[in-house]
Amino acid sequence: MNREILNARRLLCPLPVIRTQDKVKQLQPGDQLEVICTDPGVMQDIPAWCRINGHKVLESSSGGHEYIIVLEVGR
Amino acid sequence: MIRVVEEQKKAIALISGGLDSMLAAKTVMEQGIHVEGINFFTGFCVEGHTHAIRERDKAKPKRNNSLWVAEQLGIKLHIVDVIEEYKNVLINPKHGYGANMNPCLDCKIFMVGKARQWIAENGFDFIITGEVIGQRPMSQRKATMPIVAKESGADDLLLRPLCAKNLPPTLPEREGWVDREKLHDITGRSRKPQMAMAKDFGIADYAQPAGGCCFLTDKNYSAKLVDLWQARDSKDYELDDVMLLKVGRHIRPRPHFKLIVAREEGEGRFMQGYKRDFISMICTSHTGPFVLLDGEPSAEDLYLAASITARYGQGRNAEQVDMAITQKDGSERTIQVKPLAGEKLPEEWVI
Ligand code: SF4
Repeated sequence: MNREILNARRLLCPLPVIRTQDKVKQLQPGDQLEVICTDPGVMQDIPAWCRINGHKVLESSSGGHEYIIVLEVGR
Repeated sequence: MIRVVEEQKKAIALISGGLDSMLAAKTVMEQGIHVEGINFFTGFCVEGHTHAIRERDKAKPKRNNSLWVAEQLGIKLHIVDVIEEYKNVLINPKHGYGANMNPCLDCKIFMVGKARQWIAENGFDFIITGEVIGQRPMSQRKATMPIVAKESGADDLLLRPLCAKNLPPTLPEREGWVDREKLHDITGRSRKPQMAMAKDFGIADYAQPAGGCCFLTDKNYSAKLVDLWQARDSKDYELDDVMLLKVGRHIRPRPHFKLIVAREEGEGRFMQGYKRDFISMICTSHTGPFVLLDGEPSAEDLYLAASITARYGQGRNAEQVDMAITQKDGSERTIQVKPLAGEKLPEEWVI
């Protein structure tokens, strides 16, 4: 299992979702991706994108002005 | 006995997040076609942005309508970044602009063209849009339907399920992949047929974008874009320009510079991210907004900008306020200014 970090700070939705989508394409099922963002919209959009595309949100948290989502790539 | 197993046909649906594209996709899904959605991000899409930036909306974050539609339909959604390629559509639209800076017809041709490319690369069979004849004065007329199909290169691989019966049969219909009889013949601007159809499908909660799907249909936004192009003497733009046109008040007191004045804290915070790209200022003796200066202001211009900025803070009636000015390299100095007097700013300054 691979774990990668994606810096999506300063990007506004839907760009963090697009960057997540493009990064996930390069990963294997079971890999984890931690996405770090500053747009609060990702707390809705990335989980919605994961549900649609069969990926799993393992963790989502926020602190200061940052929002972090950890997802596991599905099959 | 030889059994021929027909492969399930696959279609890509352009999903804007509105009702029509949702109904179009649903209509075709009902016929057993495998449908996935595609959504293009031009940089001007209404989705999210201002809500993400502005403080007061944070409590109720706005959903992304295209993701929501895809989830309701139970289909995958591919969001494609077309920011760079879209520049050419917006800067040189062959068919011109609509009421504002919206190049709708060229935009449609471009998006269907991208979808055409996508199906070729991904082994899909045809394209679906939610277009309706007569729905929009510029881009959705009887005359524009064949133009979109032809100039995008999609030709008869482009199916418009909501008005297909008013158009010549496309390949998916002729080949019997979809049953033309079960497609629709909606025309005109009335939303009633779509609303009835939504009811039939059990779709209750859908987005109803008023003007269109992007900021380019907005009069104020378009004015700011035109101003930007005029000031730079070039129609080019970067994504950051497009984003900054969505925030703050834009005031151009001189042709060679403008102020972007944050309207509230969330905008201010967002704009702080541009401190290395622009000169910025904020009042330090009184509470006041964060301001970016776009252009090349002289020392005299900085004084004028500071006095305008002071009008938007608590010190607007003070004799003098302290204004901290930060250069792009981070160097900072504070000047004392008298807030610009007068009831209103000259109208021609306000973009
Ligand atoms: S409203 Fe904007 S996104 Fe929609 S067709 Fe027109 S230019 Fe394109």
